[in-house]
Amino acid sequence: MSPRLVPAASDPAGRRERPLTITVDGEPLTGIAGQTVAGVLLAAGRPAWRRAPSGAPRGVFCGIGVCFDCLVTVNDERDVRACRRRARDGDAVTTQSRAQGDERDGRRAR
Amino acid sequence: MTGRHVVVVGAGPAGLAAADAALAAGAEVTLIDSAERPGGQYHRMLPEAYEATDPGALQHGYRSFDRRSRRVLGHPRCSWWAESSVWALERRDSADDGPPLVHVLRGTPRRRHVLEPDALVLAVGAHDRVLPFPGWDLPGVYTAGAAQALAKGERVVVGDRVVVAGTGPFLLPVATSLLEAGSRVLAVVEAAGPAAVARGWLRRPWELTSQLGKSGELLSYTARLGRHRVPYRMGRAVVEARGDGRVEEIVTARVRADWSVVPGSEHVTAVDALCVGHGFTPQLELPVAAGCDLRPAAGGSAAGSPADVFVSVDDDQRTSRPGVYAAGEITGVAGAPAARAEGAVAGWIAAGGDRGARALVTLGRSRDQGRAFAARLALAHPVGRAWPGWLRPDTVICRCEETTYAAVCRSAADPTRTEPQVAKLATRAGLGPCQARVCGPTVAELRRSTDQGAGPHHRPVAEPIRLGELARPPEPPPGRATPATPATPSTPTDSPAEESTS
Ligand SMILES: Cc1cc2nc3c(=O)[nH]c(=O)nc-3n(C[C@H](O)[C@H](O)[C@H](O)COP(=O)(O)OP(=O)(O)OC[C@H]3O[C@@H](n4cnc5c(N)ncnc54)[C@H](O)[C@@H]3O)c2cc1C
Ligand code: FES
Repeated sequence: MSPRLVPAASDPAGRRERPLTITVDGEPLTGIAGQTVAGVLLAAGRPAWRRAPSGAPRGVFCGIGVCFDCLVTVNDERDVRACRRRARDGDAVTTQSRAQGDERDGRRAR
Repeated sequence: MTGRHVVVVGAGPAGLAAADAALAAGAEVTLIDSAERPGGQYHRMLPEAYEATDPGALQHGYRSFDRRSRRVLGHPRCSWWAESSVWALERRDSADDGPPLVHVLRGTPRRRHVLEPDALVLAVGAHDRVLPFPGWDLPGVYTAGAAQALAKGERVVVGDRVVVAGTGPFLLPVATSLLEAGSRVLAVVEAAGPAAVARGWLRRPWELTSQLGKSGELLSYTARLGRHRVPYRMGRAVVEARGDGRVEEIVTARVRADWSVVPGSEHVTAVDALCVGHGFTPQLELPVAAGCDLRPAAGGSAAGSPADVFVSVDDDQRTSRPGVYAAGEITGVAGAPAARAEGAVAGWIAAGGDRGARALVTLGRSRDQGRAFAARLALAHPVGRAWPGWLRPDTVICRCEETTYAAVCRSAADPTRTEPQVAKLATRAGLGPCQARVCGPTVAELRRSTDQGAGPHHRPVAEPIRLGELARPPEPPPGRATPATPATPSTPTDSPAEESTS
């Protein structure tokens, strides 16, 4: 199994779920209001979305904005740390890659 | 009222206590945190949009934290700057001019501000330290803190067959949070052997009773792990993670006191997530930018490692720079109660509070107990020096640039590359987006025989800033509170015991 969201019904914190939809490279993913972009991706069963220079996959590592493994583009804003950005309904997320020759190569835009 | 303007960076247990005490002493306070809500790592809160009816269900000491954060954030002399990052500190021409200017990016979209405080309290905390091992860069391998932040902060669990590994008591709350959120925790794997743990925790047990809050909390974690029959394996370490595109299995092995692997003791376990933490690395870029002296960690066999440094402070939490104070995890890893006590002392003194205040004696005592606790932690859970034995030549050391162990060794052996900066350019380790926050301590340790000069915490900017933001002139601080009512200094209100009783 993959990362997942604790079901609201059994959550002792007693929380509400308001669904939202973002797109990731054009594909719609649903999450709930308050989740980070990384949280939405993980709970949707995607443990990785970025590529390191060798092409190796990267997702969340530190979870608190330190490692920069989780970088994505959100609505044309490059290099956003997915673990720190709250997802907003309608956000268009584009994944990034630092691999040579990848059309999403981050270094060109740096 | 003292009329002093105290800027507090970080609203974790230390920063919040500092703001509270500075307000009590009559100062005007600007409290800055890059997060949306106060609490820091320890009191990580659910997002507002979750509208949690019982947020305290997931936290120790929530009630007194909640009381304090309402008191501070609602105070007429406090300006609360959420979602604001301090990206640089600018030293003034002469030290007599006071603490450095504080450069802040505030809110979304981010606006630039420059603050000119009379005193500056740095309470920016720490992040997990993770030693590399083959496969540690596979997706599904998380820092222990990441698993904790996701579970406590947004109710996402990282997997269903999880191993929590590394060293230190922090592994226990992480495993507990995962259990609480419904994961199966297969084991907690602690590299320190039973002898080291016993030496640290069982010697002079009366010292521990003074940290009742903390050890009581630890007992509750242990009880919970026991109820769920989660094995706590001491003297073992995760030495490899394997999988095709994500972690599928891990190899654990018995390790000796120096963390060298006992051959033949390897064991393979199927997992869908691995959470690792080998202690904490203080976030030192702001203290370093302010010019604060650092000190090596006390005790532990890791003493002398260039990776183990903290901000040096005196009994008043003063750093070596005039007007600059430090509190919490950046001065030593001792847990939340000690961070709170340090913060309260720092805030009170930074605000010009009376040094004879009776509460200060109590606070000072609990701060000292916290320091003793930190020394014990270091003794019970030192990082064994033989850990590089886990590495293979092609193991990635720098996750950003994918510099391998072999490349780091080559540069460490090269006599023309004794300068860390030269080595950095040659290997690219530490030049990627994270600016060596993750690999810096590791590289420093692997090069410990070669390196001269600057440590791993020199970074020109503490937070990434975009060129467009830099080009715009800073705006005058808007929300800075104007004191409406003259304040009467009271006393620093913290008794760290307060927090553990709720
Ligand atoms: C991910 C993680 C999870 C943890 N969870 C627990 C736990 O569940 N239980 C436990 O006992 N211990 C936990 N710890 C240990 C924890 O660090 C301490 O217990 C305690 O929180 C330390 O308090 P502090 O005030 O020193 O720092 P922190 O709580 O870390 O607070 C520092 C604050 O400073 C802010 N900050 C940092 N840099 C800047 C900047 N440049 N500009 C603006 N703001 C900034 C941060 O956003 C943060 O809110 C955790 C540590 C980590 C890294
Ligand atoms: S996971 Fe490390 S910065 Fe987002």
